[in-house]
Amino acid sequence: MRTFIFAFFFSYLSMISGQVMASTDGIHLDEVEVDLSDKASLQRGAKTFVNYCLSCHQASFMRYNRMAKDLDLSDAQVKENLMFASEKIGDTMTVAMRAEDAKKWFGVTPPDLSVISRSRGTAWLNTYLRTFYIDDTKATGTNNLVFKDTAMPHVLWKQQGYLHHDEETGHLTPASEGSLSSYDYNVMVADLVNFLAYVGEPSKIQRLELGKWVLLYLFLFFLVAYPMKKAFWRDIH
Amino acid sequence: MFSSLMGWIDARFPATKLWEEHISKYYAPKNFNFWYFFGSLALLVLVLQIVTGIFLTMHYKPDAALAFASVEYIMRDVEWGWLIRYLHSTGASAFFVVIYLHMFRGIMYGSYKKPRELVWLFGMFLYMALMAEAFMGYLLPWGQMSFWGAQVIISLFGAIPFIGDQLALWIRGDFVVADATLNRFFAFHVIAVPLVILGLVVAHIIALHEVGSNNPDGVDIKKFKDKDGIPLDGIPFHPYYTVKDIVGVTVFLFIFSLVLFYAPEMDGWFLENANFVPADPLKTPLHIAPVWYFTPFYAILRAVPSIAGSSFPGVVAMGLSIVFLFLLPWLDRSPVRSIRYRGIYFRTALVLFVISFLGLGFLGTQPVTPIYTLLSRIFSIIYFAFFVLMPIYTSLDKDKPVPERVTFK
Repeated sequence: MRTFIFAFFFSYLSMISGQVMASTDGIHLDEVEVDLSDKASLQRGAKTFVNYCLSCHQASFMRYNRMAKDLDLSDAQVKENLMFASEKIGDTMTVAMRAEDAKKWFGVTPPDLSVISRSRGTAWLNTYLRTFYIDDTKATGTNNLVFKDTAMPHVLWKQQGYLHHDEETGHLTPASEGSLSSYDYNVMVADLVNFLAYVGEPSKIQRLELGKWVLLYLFLFFLVAYPMKKAFWRDIH
Repeated sequence: MFSSLMGWIDARFPATKLWEEHISKYYAPKNFNFWYFFGSLALLVLVLQIVTGIFLTMHYKPDAALAFASVEYIMRDVEWGWLIRYLHSTGASAFFVVIYLHMFRGIMYGSYKKPRELVWLFGMFLYMALMAEAFMGYLLPWGQMSFWGAQVIISLFGAIPFIGDQLALWIRGDFVVADATLNRFFAFHVIAVPLVILGLVVAHIIALHEVGSNNPDGVDIKKFKDKDGIPLDGIPFHPYYTVKDIVGVTVFLFIFSLVLFYAPEMDGWFLENANFVPADPLKTPLHIAPVWYFTPFYAILRAVPSIAGSSFPGVVAMGLSIVFLFLLPWLDRSPVRSIRYRGIYFRTALVLFVISFLGLGFLGTQPVTPIYTLLSRIFSIIYFAFFVLMPIYTSLDKDKPVPERVTFK
């Protein structure tokens, strides 16, 4: 009976793991490795972010100096290379465009990207940024596989080139050459998504670092607590 | 020195008396097993939630325009804010894990039976208060799921005939969930409901210590006492169960820390993805699901067909699914407490009940499909049959003989 109950709880746990993320109409999402200890990747991602995203999108909860610290950069390096939209190193990543103007120009206010990696998921972002295809019926001239009728244009067209979407097979094939090879473009997007994952939860770096010490402490404490229990209970029969 | 100080205090306040009655001379059965960790763990999580909650209120802003950003401020700019917030959000789910296992223990070993009916009732009121606490707390981050979850649940009150709409309006303080709702939920979450919970915890423990703890054999240890009036199968709570619970706490904190540090969102089960989008009254999410600990009841709500366009029958069924739990001490007619000596009927019924509860829990997280609706209905019927038929199958059951004394390996 007892083993049955335990087995039941554990089978239930394994059954429920992996809740489905935001619906994407059955499009396969390409997973991407998130590694916040890969500072070079985060720095490249940051560069792409401030150059291509941070003119329409904000990351209004993310401070430049926090980024400097976490990405192993000096404040001066950030000011010089990564800070075009703000004045002070303690500022958050905001843009000058007003929300109401943005709505007038694009139809929607470009969403704040501070926690986009946590609402959409990194696999979604990785797929989204790589599946823009030519669609002449759209004002931007492009459409997207995972975000149908997105208002965002294919910002990275120079790097990726344009893609053609085959209605029948659903496959994407190059329609024009970009400045990067398909491999290099994938790396560029992976770095950007890695950076967005960092922006979504900067304290994850401390979280993972602290976690192992807490677990180690609890393990050592168990080695004291369990024999103590045994010793006290020796006379109970 | 110490004894004279204690003497001075004891002449004015029953410190030693309380310590002895509830800790050092409270005789608990010596055969507690794994399932008896969850009471003390629930107390631990309660303290954790109160302490982390206090620190969160120092930085959180209960204002529809500021709430979402203030949570992210805590996660980023407040020293150790991320740890405090994750302790609180993981603690909420851990609370329900612990409480569900604690309640299951009570059902399995018949701990609700005479003379412990009030212990069970106080516990059930605690469970209801905890659900209210969790529901209102979930609105505070002011994300999409906070907002729409609250919108859906409050609108259930709107399904009550005649007074429904006015009632829902009164609860929200506005025509939709809005700043007024957020503010009052904050007040309830941080002071009103916690006060109720603390009071009920005291009542729960006093009632328990008055009648004494049950045990996995379900036998009364007070029947056999030594010449000093101490139960032969009883051991003082301190030091025996304090040192044992320390081991339980350590193991619990280890598992808790694994989640806290390595999967605080628990893949969307503890912190839902949609809640990282600020609340938007104009944009309904495609799929609204409550947090996992409410989903069995949500599944019952959806399983009941509406009558004349009113979802009131579902609301009634959901309410009854909780009410029946309160009635357990009187529905169960068997003289035997523990599952160890119960007959095949009760054992089968309990297994089916657990399967249906977990099944409903899963279905409550899923979008509605015809096959899932059918399954929800089957599980709901089993859930209610467990209670409604209980007086019959427990009196017909062929229980086994119960030993005089506890068994202990």
